[in-house]
Amino acid sequence: MTTTPSSTGSQPAGNDYGTHPGARANGIFKGMSTGAGVLILVTLAAVATFLLVEAWPAFIASPEDLGQEVSFIKPEDGQSLMEIIGYLIYGTVLMSLIALVIATPISIGIALFISHYAPRRLAQTLGYLIDLLAAVPSVVYGLWGVAVLVPFLNPFYQFLADYLGFIPLFAAPESGEIFTGRVAMSAGIVLAIMILPIITAVTREVFLQTPVLHEEAALAMGATRWEMVKMSVFPFARSGMVGATMLGLGRALGETMAVLMIISPGLTLSPYILQPNQHNTVAGYIALQFPEANAMGVSSLVAMGLALFVITLVVNMLARWVVSRRSEFSGAN
Amino acid sequence: MSKRIDINNLNVYYSQFLAVEDVSLSIEPKAVTAFIGPSGCGKSTFLRTLNRMHEVIPGGRVEGEVLIDGVDLYGKDVDPVTVRRHVGMVFQRPNPFPTMSIAENVLAGYRLNNKRVSNSDADDLVESSLRGANLWDEVKDRLNKPGSSLSGGQQQRLCIARAIAIKPDILLMDEPCSALDPISTLAIEDLITDLKDQYTIVIVTHNMQQAARVSDTTAFFNIAGTGKPGKLIEMNDTTTMFSTPSEKATEDYISGRFG
Repeated sequence: MTTTPSSTGSQPAGNDYGTHPGARANGIFKGMSTGAGVLILVTLAAVATFLLVEAWPAFIASPEDLGQEVSFIKPEDGQSLMEIIGYLIYGTVLMSLIALVIATPISIGIALFISHYAPRRLAQTLGYLIDLLAAVPSVVYGLWGVAVLVPFLNPFYQFLADYLGFIPLFAAPESGEIFTGRVAMSAGIVLAIMILPIITAVTREVFLQTPVLHEEAALAMGATRWEMVKMSVFPFARSGMVGATMLGLGRALGETMAVLMIISPGLTLSPYILQPNQHNTVAGYIALQFPEANAMGVSSLVAMGLALFVITLVVNMLARWVVSRRSEFSGAN
Repeated sequence: MSKRIDINNLNVYYSQFLAVEDVSLSIEPKAVTAFIGPSGCGKSTFLRTLNRMHEVIPGGRVEGEVLIDGVDLYGKDVDPVTVRRHVGMVFQRPNPFPTMSIAENVLAGYRLNNKRVSNSDADDLVESSLRGANLWDEVKDRLNKPGSSLSGGQQQRLCIARAIAIKPDILLMDEPCSALDPISTLAIEDLITDLKDQYTIVIVTHNMQQAARVSDTTAFFNIAGTGKPGKLIEMNDTTTMFSTPSEKATEDYISGRFG
Protein backbone atom coordinates (compact mmCIF):
# COMPACT_ATOMS: atom_id res chain seq x y z
CA MET A 1 0.00 0.00 0.00
CA THR A 2 1.35 3.36 -0.88
CA THR A 3 1.51 5.48 2.22
CA THR A 4 0.28 9.00 1.97
CA PRO A 5 1.58 11.16 4.78
CA SER A 6 -1.81 12.82 5.36
CA SER A 7 -3.59 9.59 6.27
CA THR A 8 -0.85 7.71 8.14
CA GLY A 9 1.08 10.53 9.66
CA SER A 10 -0.86 10.56 12.91
CA GLN A 11 -0.75 6.77 13.30
CA PRO A 12 2.05 4.63 14.82
CA ALA A 13 4.90 3.64 12.49
CA GLY A 14 3.91 -0.07 12.63
CA ASN A 15 0.92 0.69 10.42
CA ASP A 16 3.09 0.58 7.32
CA TYR A 17 2.68 -3.16 7.70
CA GLY A 18 -1.08 -3.10 8.29
CA THR A 19 -3.69 -3.98 5.75
CA HIS A 20 -3.25 -4.14 1.95
CA PRO A 21 -5.63 -3.57 -0.95
CA GLY A 22 -6.12 -7.27 -1.75
CA ALA A 23 -7.26 -8.17 1.75
CA ARG A 24 -10.93 -7.36 1.28
CA ALA A 25 -11.28 -9.19 -2.05
CA ASN A 26 -9.49 -12.15 -0.53
CA GLY A 27 -11.92 -12.18 2.37
CA ILE A 28 -14.93 -11.96 0.08
CA PHE A 29 -13.69 -14.77 -2.12
CA LYS A 30 -12.93 -16.94 0.90
CA GLY A 31 -16.47 -16.38 2.12
CA MET A 32 -17.96 -17.22 -1.27
CA SER A 33 -16.03 -20.42 -1.77
CA THR A 34 -16.68 -21.56 1.78
CA GLY A 35 -20.36 -20.80 1.22
CA ALA A 36 -20.39 -22.88 -1.96
CA GLY A 37 -18.78 -25.75 -0.10
CA VAL A 38 -21.29 -25.54 2.74
CA LEU A 39 -24.16 -25.32 0.24
CA ILE A 40 -23.33 -28.83 -1.00
CA LEU A 41 -23.59 -30.22 2.50
CA VAL A 42 -26.83 -28.35 3.17
CA THR A 43 -28.37 -29.61 -0.08
CA LEU A 44 -27.37 -33.18 0.64
CA ALA A 45 -28.72 -32.95 4.18
CA ALA A 46 -31.95 -31.38 2.89
CA VAL A 47 -32.47 -34.18 0.37
CA ALA A 48 -31.78 -36.86 2.95
CA THR A 49 -34.10 -35.20 5.47
CA PHE A 50 -36.86 -34.85 2.88
CA LEU A 51 -36.58 -38.51 1.96
CA LEU A 52 -36.60 -39.67 5.58
CA VAL A 53 -39.48 -37.41 6.68
CA GLU A 54 -41.67 -38.18 3.68
CA ALA A 55 -40.98 -41.91 3.73
CA TRP A 56 -41.50 -42.25 7.48
CA PRO A 57 -45.33 -42.82 7.38
CA ALA A 58 -44.88 -45.66 4.90
CA PHE A 59 -42.17 -47.24 7.03
CA ILE A 60 -44.13 -47.22 10.31
CA ALA A 61 -47.48 -48.27 8.82
CA SER A 62 -48.26 -51.98 9.19
CA PRO A 63 -48.07 -53.92 5.91
CA GLU A 64 -51.81 -54.63 6.04
CA ASP A 65 -52.77 -50.98 6.44
CA LEU A 66 -50.39 -50.04 3.70
CA GLY A 67 -51.88 -52.71 1.44
CA GLN A 68 -55.37 -51.33 2.00
CA GLU A 69 -54.44 -47.73 1.47
CA VAL A 70 -52.05 -48.01 -1.47
CA SER A 71 -53.27 -49.64 -4.65
CA PHE A 72 -49.91 -50.97 -5.85
CA ILE A 73 -48.89 -52.56 -2.57
CA LYS A 74 -50.28 -56.09 -2.20
CA PRO A 75 -48.79 -57.91 0.79
CA GLU A 76 -50.96 -60.94 0.10
CA ASP A 77 -49.31 -61.34 -3.35
CA GLY A 78 -45.82 -61.02 -1.92
CA GLN A 79 -45.68 -57.36 -2.82
CA SER A 80 -45.33 -55.57 0.48
CA LEU A 81 -43.39 -52.29 0.44
CA MET A 82 -40.12 -53.96 1.46
CA GLU A 83 -40.54 -56.72 -1.10
CA ILE A 84 -41.23 -54.23 -3.87
CA ILE A 85 -38.14 -52.24 -2.86
CA GLY A 86 -36.15 -55.46 -2.99
CA TYR A 87 -37.39 -56.34 -6.48
CA LEU A 88 -36.81 -52.83 -7.76
CA ILE A 89 -33.30 -52.51 -6.39
CA TYR A 90 -32.50 -55.90 -7.84
CA GLY A 91 -33.88 -54.81 -11.24
CA THR A 92 -32.07 -51.48 -11.09
CA VAL A 93 -28.74 -53.03 -10.21
CA LEU A 94 -29.20 -55.81 -12.75
CA MET A 95 -29.85 -53.46 -15.68
CA SER A 96 -27.13 -51.07 -14.56
CA LEU A 97 -24.67 -53.94 -14.37
CA ILE A 98 -25.60 -55.09 -17.88
CA ALA A 99 -25.01 -51.51 -19.02
CA LEU A 100 -21.65 -51.33 -17.25
CA VAL A 101 -20.43 -54.68 -18.52
CA ILE A 102 -21.18 -53.55 -22.07
CA ALA A 103 -20.18 -49.90 -21.82
CA THR A 104 -16.97 -49.98 -19.78
CA PRO A 105 -14.74 -51.98 -22.14
CA ILE A 106 -16.09 -50.17 -25.19
CA SER A 107 -15.62 -46.77 -23.56
CA ILE A 108 -12.07 -47.55 -22.50
CA GLY A 109 -11.36 -48.82 -25.99
CA ILE A 110 -12.71 -45.64 -27.60
CA ALA A 111 -10.91 -43.42 -25.09
CA LEU A 112 -7.64 -45.23 -25.69
CA PHE A 113 -8.07 -45.00 -29.43
CA ILE A 114 -8.71 -41.28 -29.20
CA SER A 115 -5.88 -40.58 -26.77
CA HIS A 116 -3.14 -42.91 -27.98
CA TYR A 117 -3.83 -44.43 -31.37
CA ALA A 118 -5.86 -42.20 -33.68
CA PRO A 119 -4.27 -39.48 -35.79
CA ARG A 120 -4.96 -36.09 -34.22
CA ARG A 121 -7.68 -34.94 -36.62
CA LEU A 122 -9.64 -38.18 -36.47
CA ALA A 123 -9.31 -38.18 -32.68
CA GLN A 124 -10.86 -34.73 -32.44
CA THR A 125 -13.78 -35.56 -34.70
CA LEU A 126 -14.45 -38.75 -32.80
CA GLY A 127 -14.27 -36.88 -29.51
CA TYR A 128 -16.91 -34.41 -30.68
CA LEU A 129 -19.17 -37.22 -31.86
CA ILE A 130 -18.93 -38.98 -28.52
CA ASP A 131 -19.77 -35.77 -26.68
CA LEU A 132 -22.73 -35.36 -29.01
CA LEU A 133 -24.06 -38.74 -27.85
CA ALA A 134 -24.28 -37.29 -24.35
CA ALA A 135 -26.47 -34.47 -25.63
CA VAL A 136 -29.24 -36.76 -26.90
CA PRO A 137 -32.22 -36.61 -24.50
CA SER A 138 -33.07 -39.88 -22.81
CA VAL A 139 -36.61 -39.83 -24.25
CA VAL A 140 -35.07 -40.02 -27.69
CA TYR A 141 -32.96 -42.98 -26.62
CA GLY A 142 -36.11 -44.62 -25.32
CA LEU A 143 -38.01 -44.06 -28.58
CA TRP A 144 -35.07 -45.25 -30.63
CA GLY A 145 -34.68 -48.26 -28.38
CA VAL A 146 -38.32 -49.31 -28.79
CA ALA A 147 -38.65 -48.50 -32.49
CA VAL A 148 -35.26 -49.61 -33.82
CA LEU A 149 -33.07 -51.43 -31.36
CA VAL A 150 -35.59 -53.86 -29.91
CA PRO A 151 -36.81 -55.24 -33.27
CA PHE A 152 -33.21 -55.40 -34.44
CA LEU A 153 -31.97 -57.27 -31.37
CA ASN A 154 -34.84 -59.70 -31.04
CA PRO A 155 -33.44 -62.31 -33.46
CA PHE A 156 -30.15 -62.23 -31.54
CA TYR A 157 -32.03 -62.90 -28.32
CA GLN A 158 -33.68 -65.90 -29.92
CA PHE A 159 -30.28 -67.09 -31.06
CA LEU A 160 -28.84 -66.60 -27.57
CA ALA A 161 -31.75 -68.43 -25.99
CA ASP A 162 -31.49 -71.30 -28.48
CA TYR A 163 -27.79 -71.93 -28.00
CA LEU A 164 -27.00 -70.57 -24.54
CA GLY A 165 -30.41 -71.04 -22.99
CA PHE A 166 -29.01 -73.58 -20.52
CA ILE A 167 -27.39 -70.65 -18.72
CA PRO A 168 -30.22 -69.23 -16.56
CA LEU A 169 -29.30 -65.69 -17.61
CA PHE A 170 -30.26 -66.43 -21.21
CA ALA A 171 -33.20 -68.77 -20.60
CA ALA A 172 -36.02 -68.37 -23.15
CA PRO A 173 -39.50 -67.23 -22.10
CA GLU A 174 -41.90 -70.03 -21.19
CA SER A 175 -43.40 -71.81 -24.15
CA GLY A 176 -46.33 -69.82 -25.43
CA GLU A 177 -44.74 -66.50 -24.60
CA ILE A 178 -43.17 -64.79 -27.54
CA PHE A 179 -39.94 -62.90 -27.80
CA THR A 180 -40.86 -59.25 -27.49
CA GLY A 181 -37.39 -57.90 -26.89
CA ARG A 182 -38.79 -55.54 -24.27
CA VAL A 183 -36.59 -57.05 -21.61
CA ALA A 184 -33.86 -56.17 -19.16
CA MET A 185 -31.20 -56.93 -21.76
CA SER A 186 -32.57 -54.29 -24.14
CA ALA A 187 -32.83 -51.74 -21.36
CA GLY A 188 -29.26 -52.57 -20.34
CA ILE A 189 -28.01 -52.07 -23.89
CA VAL A 190 -29.73 -48.71 -24.26
CA LEU A 191 -28.40 -47.66 -20.86
CA ALA A 192 -24.95 -48.73 -22.03
CA ILE A 193 -25.20 -46.39 -25.00
CA MET A 194 -26.37 -43.62 -22.69
CA ILE A 195 -23.49 -43.95 -20.24
CA LEU A 196 -20.88 -44.51 -22.95
CA PRO A 197 -20.16 -40.80 -23.52
CA ILE A 198 -19.54 -39.93 -19.88
CA ILE A 199 -17.24 -42.90 -19.28
CA THR A 200 -15.40 -42.24 -22.54
CA ALA A 201 -15.01 -38.53 -21.90
CA VAL A 202 -13.64 -38.97 -18.39
CA THR A 203 -11.28 -41.85 -19.20
CA ARG A 204 -10.02 -40.01 -22.29
CA GLU A 205 -9.10 -37.01 -20.16
CA VAL A 206 -7.30 -39.20 -17.65
CA PHE A 207 -5.46 -41.13 -20.37
CA LEU A 208 -4.29 -37.86 -21.92
CA GLN A 209 -2.83 -36.78 -18.59
CA THR A 210 -0.47 -39.75 -18.38
CA PRO A 211 2.98 -38.21 -17.94
CA VAL A 212 4.98 -38.43 -21.16
CA LEU A 213 7.91 -39.35 -18.94
CA HIS A 214 6.26 -42.63 -17.93
CA GLU A 215 5.14 -43.43 -21.45
CA GLU A 216 8.65 -42.88 -22.76
CA ALA A 217 10.08 -44.97 -19.93
CA ALA A 218 8.09 -47.91 -21.20
CA LEU A 219 8.72 -47.27 -24.90
CA ALA A 220 12.46 -46.82 -24.36
CA MET A 221 12.81 -50.26 -22.84
CA GLY A 222 11.23 -51.81 -25.91
CA ALA A 223 7.56 -51.88 -25.04
CA THR A 224 5.07 -51.99 -27.89
CA ARG A 225 2.31 -49.42 -27.83
CA TRP A 226 -0.04 -51.82 -26.09
CA GLU A 227 2.59 -52.83 -23.55
CA MET A 228 3.24 -49.14 -22.93
CA VAL A 229 -0.48 -48.64 -22.32
CA LYS A 230 -0.49 -51.51 -19.84
CA MET A 231 2.67 -50.37 -18.04
CA SER A 232 2.15 -46.61 -17.97
CA VAL A 233 -1.32 -45.49 -18.98
CA PHE A 234 -3.58 -47.96 -17.17
CA PRO A 235 -1.81 -47.83 -13.80
CA PHE A 236 -1.80 -44.05 -13.94
CA ALA A 237 -5.45 -43.87 -14.99
CA ARG A 238 -6.76 -46.64 -12.75
CA SER A 239 -8.55 -44.48 -10.21
CA GLY A 240 -9.85 -42.24 -13.00
CA MET A 241 -11.24 -45.28 -14.79
CA VAL A 242 -13.00 -46.45 -11.62
CA GLY A 243 -14.34 -42.94 -11.11
CA ALA A 244 -15.59 -42.74 -14.69
CA THR A 245 -17.30 -46.11 -14.37
CA MET A 246 -18.97 -45.00 -11.16
CA LEU A 247 -20.21 -41.83 -12.84
CA GLY A 248 -21.70 -44.01 -15.57
CA LEU A 249 -23.20 -46.33 -12.97
CA GLY A 250 -24.70 -43.32 -11.22
CA ARG A 251 -26.40 -42.24 -14.40
CA ALA A 252 -27.60 -45.77 -15.19
CA LEU A 253 -29.02 -46.26 -11.67
CA GLY A 254 -31.14 -43.12 -11.85
CA GLU A 255 -32.27 -43.34 -15.47
CA THR A 256 -36.05 -43.32 -15.85
CA MET A 257 -37.45 -42.58 -19.28
CA ALA A 258 -35.50 -44.92 -21.50
CA VAL A 259 -36.01 -47.90 -19.22
CA LEU A 260 -39.67 -47.10 -18.72
CA MET A 261 -40.28 -46.98 -22.47
CA ILE A 262 -38.37 -50.12 -23.34
CA ILE A 263 -39.11 -52.66 -20.68
CA SER A 264 -42.22 -54.70 -20.00
CA PRO A 265 -42.13 -54.27 -16.23
CA GLY A 266 -42.49 -56.97 -13.64
CA LEU A 267 -41.51 -57.61 -10.05
CA THR A 268 -39.36 -60.70 -9.58
CA LEU A 269 -35.86 -61.63 -8.50
CA SER A 270 -35.34 -63.77 -11.61
CA PRO A 271 -32.07 -63.82 -13.52
CA TYR A 272 -33.87 -64.13 -16.87
CA ILE A 273 -32.73 -61.04 -18.73
CA LEU A 274 -34.33 -62.19 -22.01
CA GLN A 275 -37.82 -62.58 -20.57
CA PRO A 276 -40.41 -59.80 -20.37
CA ASN A 277 -42.42 -58.96 -17.22
CA GLN A 278 -39.50 -59.79 -14.92
CA HIS A 279 -37.82 -56.56 -13.83
CA ASN A 280 -38.29 -52.88 -13.27
CA THR A 281 -36.12 -50.10 -11.90
CA VAL A 282 -36.72 -47.90 -8.88
CA ALA A 283 -36.82 -44.74 -10.97
CA GLY A 284 -39.04 -46.28 -13.62
CA TYR A 285 -41.46 -47.65 -11.04
CA ILE A 286 -41.75 -44.32 -9.22
CA ALA A 287 -42.42 -42.50 -12.50
CA LEU A 288 -45.03 -45.10 -13.43
CA GLN A 289 -46.98 -45.02 -10.13
CA PHE A 290 -46.58 -41.42 -9.08
CA PRO A 291 -49.43 -39.79 -11.08
CA GLU A 292 -52.08 -42.06 -9.52
CA ALA A 293 -50.68 -42.28 -6.02
CA ASN A 294 -52.52 -41.01 -2.89
CA ALA A 295 -50.70 -39.54 0.12
CA MET A 296 -49.61 -42.89 1.52
CA GLY A 297 -48.72 -44.02 -1.99
CA VAL A 298 -46.42 -41.03 -2.43
CA SER A 299 -44.88 -41.81 0.93
CA SER A 300 -44.22 -45.38 -0.22
CA LEU A 301 -42.69 -44.14 -3.45
CA VAL A 302 -40.42 -41.77 -1.52
CA ALA A 303 -39.32 -44.75 0.55
CA MET A 304 -38.26 -46.40 -2.69
CA GLY A 305 -36.41 -43.23 -3.65
CA LEU A 306 -34.63 -43.35 -0.32
CA ALA A 307 -33.52 -46.88 -1.07
CA LEU A 308 -32.10 -45.72 -4.41
CA PHE A 309 -30.35 -42.84 -2.65
CA VAL A 310 -28.75 -45.30 -0.25
CA ILE A 311 -27.45 -47.67 -2.92
CA THR A 312 -26.03 -44.79 -4.93
CA LEU A 313 -24.27 -43.61 -1.78
CA VAL A 314 -22.93 -47.09 -1.10
CA VAL A 315 -21.72 -47.44 -4.69
CA ASN A 316 -19.85 -44.17 -4.42
CA MET A 317 -18.27 -45.03 -1.08
CA LEU A 318 -17.24 -48.39 -2.49
CA ALA A 319 -15.66 -46.60 -5.44
CA ARG A 320 -13.74 -44.27 -3.11
CA TRP A 321 -12.50 -47.23 -1.16
CA VAL A 322 -11.33 -49.01 -4.33
CA VAL A 323 -9.55 -45.87 -5.49
CA SER A 324 -7.82 -45.24 -2.17
CA ARG A 325 -6.80 -48.80 -1.45
CA ARG A 326 -3.39 -48.60 -3.09
CA SER A 327 -2.89 -44.85 -2.98
CA GLU A 328 0.76 -45.30 -1.98
CA PHE A 329 1.33 -46.82 -5.40
CA SER A 330 -0.96 -44.49 -7.31
CA GLY A 331 0.24 -42.53 -10.29
CA ALA A 332 -0.49 -39.30 -8.48
CA ASN A 333 2.61 -39.21 -6.33
CA MET B 1 27.42 -56.65 -25.18
CA SER B 2 28.93 -53.36 -26.25
CA LYS B 3 28.72 -52.26 -29.82
CA ARG B 4 30.07 -49.51 -31.97
CA ILE B 5 27.85 -46.91 -33.61
CA ASP B 6 28.57 -45.20 -36.92
CA ILE B 7 26.37 -42.36 -38.02
CA ASN B 8 26.50 -41.26 -41.65
CA ASN B 9 25.00 -37.99 -42.92
CA LEU B 10 22.08 -38.00 -40.53
CA ASN B 11 19.41 -35.30 -40.86
CA VAL B 12 16.77 -35.19 -38.13
CA TYR B 13 13.37 -33.62 -38.76
CA TYR B 14 10.26 -32.63 -36.87
CA SER B 15 7.79 -32.80 -39.77
CA GLN B 16 9.28 -30.25 -42.21
CA PHE B 17 11.59 -28.60 -39.69
CA LEU B 18 15.22 -29.69 -39.92
CA ALA B 19 16.38 -29.94 -36.29
CA VAL B 20 19.81 -31.50 -36.73
CA GLU B 21 21.75 -31.27 -39.97
CA ASP B 22 24.18 -33.68 -41.56
CA VAL B 23 25.85 -35.38 -38.63
CA SER B 24 28.50 -38.01 -39.24
CA LEU B 25 30.39 -39.48 -36.31
CA SER B 26 31.53 -42.73 -34.75
CA ILE B 27 30.99 -43.89 -31.19
CA GLU B 28 33.46 -46.39 -29.78
CA PRO B 29 32.39 -49.44 -27.76
CA LYS B 30 33.27 -49.70 -24.06
CA ALA B 31 33.77 -45.99 -23.80
CA VAL B 32 31.81 -42.96 -22.71
CA THR B 33 30.94 -40.44 -25.39
CA ALA B 34 29.55 -37.09 -24.26
CA PHE B 35 27.47 -34.67 -26.31
CA ILE B 36 27.73 -31.08 -25.14
CA GLY B 37 26.32 -27.86 -26.48
CA PRO B 38 23.96 -25.00 -25.67
CA SER B 39 20.20 -25.55 -25.12
CA GLY B 40 18.26 -26.23 -28.30
CA CYS B 41 21.30 -27.33 -30.30
CA GLY B 42 19.72 -30.71 -31.00
CA LYS B 43 21.97 -32.93 -28.90
CA SER B 44 19.07 -34.61 -27.10
CA THR B 45 17.13 -34.90 -30.36
CA PHE B 46 20.15 -36.51 -31.94
CA LEU B 47 20.58 -38.89 -29.00
CA ARG B 48 16.99 -40.05 -29.39
CA THR B 49 17.63 -41.10 -32.98
CA LEU B 50 20.06 -43.73 -31.69
CA ASN B 51 17.24 -45.84 -30.25
CA ARG B 52 14.51 -44.62 -32.56
CA MET B 53 12.74 -42.77 -29.74
CA HIS B 54 12.74 -39.68 -31.92
CA GLU B 55 9.91 -41.03 -34.02
CA VAL B 56 7.68 -41.47 -30.96
CA ILE B 57 7.04 -37.73 -31.28
CA PRO B 58 4.46 -37.08 -34.01
CA GLY B 59 6.21 -35.91 -37.17
CA GLY B 60 9.61 -37.12 -36.03
CA ARG B 61 11.71 -38.66 -38.84
CA VAL B 62 15.29 -38.93 -40.02
CA GLU B 63 17.32 -39.24 -43.21
CA GLY B 64 20.66 -40.98 -43.27
CA GLU B 65 22.21 -44.00 -41.60
CA VAL B 66 22.75 -45.13 -38.04
CA LEU B 67 24.85 -48.31 -38.10
CA ILE B 68 25.21 -50.43 -35.00
CA ASP B 69 27.98 -52.93 -35.69
CA GLY B 70 27.17 -52.43 -39.36
CA VAL B 71 23.39 -52.90 -39.15
CA ASP B 72 21.34 -49.87 -40.19
CA LEU B 73 18.82 -49.02 -37.45
CA TYR B 74 16.64 -47.39 -40.06
CA GLY B 75 16.80 -50.32 -42.47
CA LYS B 76 13.73 -51.96 -43.92
CA ASP B 77 13.56 -55.03 -41.70
CA VAL B 78 14.25 -53.24 -38.46
CA ASP B 79 11.51 -52.98 -35.83
CA PRO B 80 11.96 -49.93 -33.58
CA VAL B 81 10.60 -51.89 -30.62
CA THR B 82 13.39 -54.45 -31.01
CA VAL B 83 15.95 -51.68 -31.41
CA ARG B 84 14.92 -50.23 -28.06
CA ARG B 85 15.39 -53.60 -26.39
CA HIS B 86 19.04 -53.41 -27.43
CA VAL B 87 19.65 -49.73 -26.85
CA GLY B 88 18.68 -48.72 -23.33
CA MET B 89 17.87 -45.18 -22.30
CA VAL B 90 17.94 -43.11 -19.13
CA PHE B 91 16.04 -39.84 -19.09
CA GLN B 92 16.57 -36.36 -17.77
CA ARG B 93 14.11 -36.74 -14.93
CA PRO B 94 14.00 -40.04 -13.05
CA ASN B 95 10.91 -41.92 -14.22
CA PRO B 96 10.38 -45.15 -12.31
CA PHE B 97 6.89 -46.56 -12.79
CA PRO B 98 5.02 -45.15 -9.79
CA THR B 99 2.63 -48.07 -9.47
CA MET B 100 5.39 -50.67 -9.39
CA SER B 101 7.60 -51.68 -6.49
CA ILE B 102 11.37 -51.23 -6.68
CA ALA B 103 11.83 -54.87 -7.67
CA GLU B 104 9.03 -54.72 -10.25
CA ASN B 105 10.58 -51.63 -11.77
CA VAL B 106 13.86 -53.44 -12.30
CA LEU B 107 12.05 -56.39 -13.86
CA ALA B 108 9.68 -54.32 -16.00
CA GLY B 109 11.76 -54.39 -19.17
CA TYR B 110 12.92 -57.95 -18.68
CA ARG B 111 9.34 -59.16 -18.39
CA LEU B 112 8.55 -57.73 -21.82
CA ASN B 113 10.84 -60.31 -23.39
CA ASN B 114 10.32 -63.13 -20.93
CA LYS B 115 6.72 -63.62 -19.94
CA ARG B 116 7.59 -66.25 -17.37
CA VAL B 117 10.41 -65.61 -14.98
CA SER B 118 11.00 -67.99 -12.09
CA ASN B 119 11.11 -66.34 -8.70
CA SER B 120 14.74 -67.19 -8.09
CA ASP B 121 15.79 -65.88 -11.52
CA ALA B 122 13.85 -62.71 -10.87
CA ASP B 123 15.48 -62.26 -7.46
CA ASP B 124 18.92 -62.81 -8.98
CA LEU B 125 18.30 -60.33 -11.75
CA VAL B 126 16.94 -57.70 -9.35
CA GLU B 127 20.00 -58.09 -7.15
CA SER B 128 22.55 -58.06 -9.96
CA SER B 129 20.94 -55.10 -11.69
CA LEU B 130 20.64 -53.09 -8.49
CA ARG B 131 24.23 -53.95 -7.60
CA GLY B 132 25.22 -52.88 -11.09
CA ALA B 133 23.53 -49.55 -10.46
CA ASN B 134 25.14 -49.16 -6.99
CA LEU B 135 21.75 -49.16 -5.35
CA TRP B 136 21.47 -52.61 -3.81
CA ASP B 137 22.76 -51.78 -0.34
CA GLU B 138 20.38 -48.86 -0.02
CA VAL B 139 17.19 -50.66 -1.05
CA LYS B 140 17.69 -54.37 -0.36
CA ASP B 141 15.42 -54.22 2.70
CA ARG B 142 12.54 -52.51 0.94
CA LEU B 143 12.32 -54.03 -2.51
CA ASN B 144 8.54 -54.14 -2.29
CA LYS B 145 8.14 -50.44 -1.57
CA PRO B 146 7.09 -48.23 -4.48
CA GLY B 147 9.89 -46.84 -6.63
CA SER B 148 8.58 -43.36 -6.02
CA SER B 149 9.47 -43.66 -2.32
CA LEU B 150 13.16 -43.25 -3.16
CA SER B 151 15.10 -39.99 -3.36
CA GLY B 152 15.69 -38.42 -6.78
CA GLY B 153 19.23 -39.77 -7.07
CA GLN B 154 18.14 -43.22 -5.98
CA GLN B 155 15.26 -43.13 -8.47
CA GLN B 156 17.68 -42.29 -11.25
CA ARG B 157 19.92 -45.21 -10.28
CA LEU B 158 16.79 -47.38 -10.19
CA CYS B 159 16.12 -46.29 -13.78
CA ILE B 160 19.68 -47.25 -14.68
CA ALA B 161 19.17 -50.62 -13.00
CA ARG B 162 15.98 -51.05 -15.02
CA ALA B 163 17.85 -50.19 -18.22
CA ILE B 164 20.76 -52.58 -17.61
CA ALA B 165 18.44 -55.39 -16.48
CA ILE B 166 17.61 -56.08 -20.13
CA LYS B 167 21.34 -56.26 -20.91
CA PRO B 168 21.44 -53.67 -23.66
CA ASP B 169 24.28 -53.26 -26.14
CA ILE B 170 24.31 -49.52 -25.70
CA LEU B 171 23.19 -47.18 -22.94
CA LEU B 172 21.94 -43.69 -23.81
CA MET B 173 21.70 -41.07 -21.07
CA ASP B 174 19.87 -37.83 -21.67
CA GLU B 175 21.15 -35.34 -19.07
CA PRO B 176 20.80 -37.98 -16.36
CA CYS B 177 22.00 -35.69 -13.54
CA SER B 178 20.31 -32.43 -14.39
CA ALA B 179 17.55 -32.97 -11.83
CA LEU B 180 19.89 -34.22 -9.09
CA ASP B 181 21.90 -32.67 -6.28
CA PRO B 182 25.73 -32.76 -6.40
CA ILE B 183 26.09 -35.84 -4.20
CA SER B 184 23.64 -37.88 -6.24
CA THR B 185 25.34 -36.58 -9.37
CA LEU B 186 28.65 -37.88 -8.12
CA ALA B 187 27.11 -41.28 -7.44
CA ILE B 188 25.77 -41.45 -10.99
CA GLU B 189 29.09 -40.35 -12.46
CA ASP B 190 30.94 -43.06 -10.53
CA LEU B 191 28.40 -45.51 -11.82
CA ILE B 192 28.92 -44.38 -15.41
CA THR B 193 32.64 -44.99 -15.06
CA ASP B 194 31.95 -48.50 -13.72
CA LEU B 195 29.45 -49.28 -16.47
CA LYS B 196 31.71 -48.43 -19.37
CA ASP B 197 33.59 -51.71 -18.88
CA GLN B 198 30.49 -53.44 -20.20
CA TYR B 199 28.52 -50.97 -22.27
CA THR B 200 28.85 -48.39 -24.96
CA ILE B 201 27.65 -45.26 -23.19
CA VAL B 202 26.46 -42.05 -24.80
CA ILE B 203 25.62 -39.18 -22.47
CA VAL B 204 24.11 -35.80 -23.19
CA THR B 205 25.02 -33.17 -20.64
CA HIS B 206 24.74 -29.46 -20.04
CA ASN B 207 27.51 -29.67 -17.54
CA MET B 208 30.94 -29.35 -19.13
CA GLN B 209 32.76 -30.41 -15.97
CA GLN B 210 30.70 -33.55 -16.04
CA ALA B 211 31.66 -34.24 -19.64
CA ALA B 212 35.29 -33.66 -18.72
CA ARG B 213 35.04 -35.97 -15.72
CA VAL B 214 33.25 -38.97 -17.19
CA SER B 215 33.77 -39.09 -20.94
CA ASP B 216 36.51 -40.42 -23.17
CA THR B 217 35.30 -38.62 -26.26
CA THR B 218 33.34 -35.38 -26.49
CA ALA B 219 31.22 -34.06 -29.33
CA PHE B 220 30.25 -30.39 -29.41
CA PHE B 221 26.97 -29.40 -31.05
CA ASN B 222 25.99 -25.85 -31.80
CA ILE B 223 23.20 -23.89 -33.37
CA ALA B 224 23.58 -20.78 -35.54
CA GLY B 225 20.35 -19.20 -34.28
CA THR B 226 16.71 -19.91 -33.43
CA GLY B 227 15.02 -21.76 -36.27
CA LYS B 228 18.33 -22.94 -37.68
CA PRO B 229 19.33 -26.61 -37.52
CA GLY B 230 21.84 -27.85 -34.94
CA LYS B 231 25.18 -29.09 -36.22
CA LEU B 232 28.07 -31.15 -35.02
CA ILE B 233 30.95 -28.68 -34.71
CA GLU B 234 33.74 -30.82 -33.43
CA MET B 235 34.40 -34.22 -31.93
CA ASN B 236 37.62 -35.39 -30.31
CA ASP B 237 39.28 -36.93 -27.26
CA THR B 238 37.84 -35.28 -24.20
CA THR B 239 41.28 -34.11 -23.03
CA THR B 240 42.04 -32.58 -26.42
CA MET B 241 38.60 -30.97 -26.61
CA PHE B 242 38.98 -29.26 -23.26
CA SER B 243 42.64 -28.24 -23.72
CA THR B 244 43.19 -27.50 -27.38
CA PRO B 245 39.94 -27.47 -29.34
CA SER B 246 40.44 -26.89 -33.03
CA GLU B 247 37.30 -24.80 -33.56
CA LYS B 248 36.80 -21.28 -32.28
CA ALA B 249 33.14 -22.00 -31.35
CA THR B 250 34.15 -24.94 -29.18
CA GLU B 251 36.72 -22.87 -27.37
CA ASP B 252 34.22 -20.08 -26.77
CA TYR B 253 31.69 -22.53 -25.38
CA ILE B 254 33.93 -24.50 -23.06
CA SER B 255 35.63 -21.37 -21.79
CA GLY B 256 32.19 -20.05 -20.85
CA ARG B 257 32.05 -17.19 -23.29
CA PHE B 258 28.51 -18.18 -24.32
CA GLY B 259 25.84 -20.82 -23.77
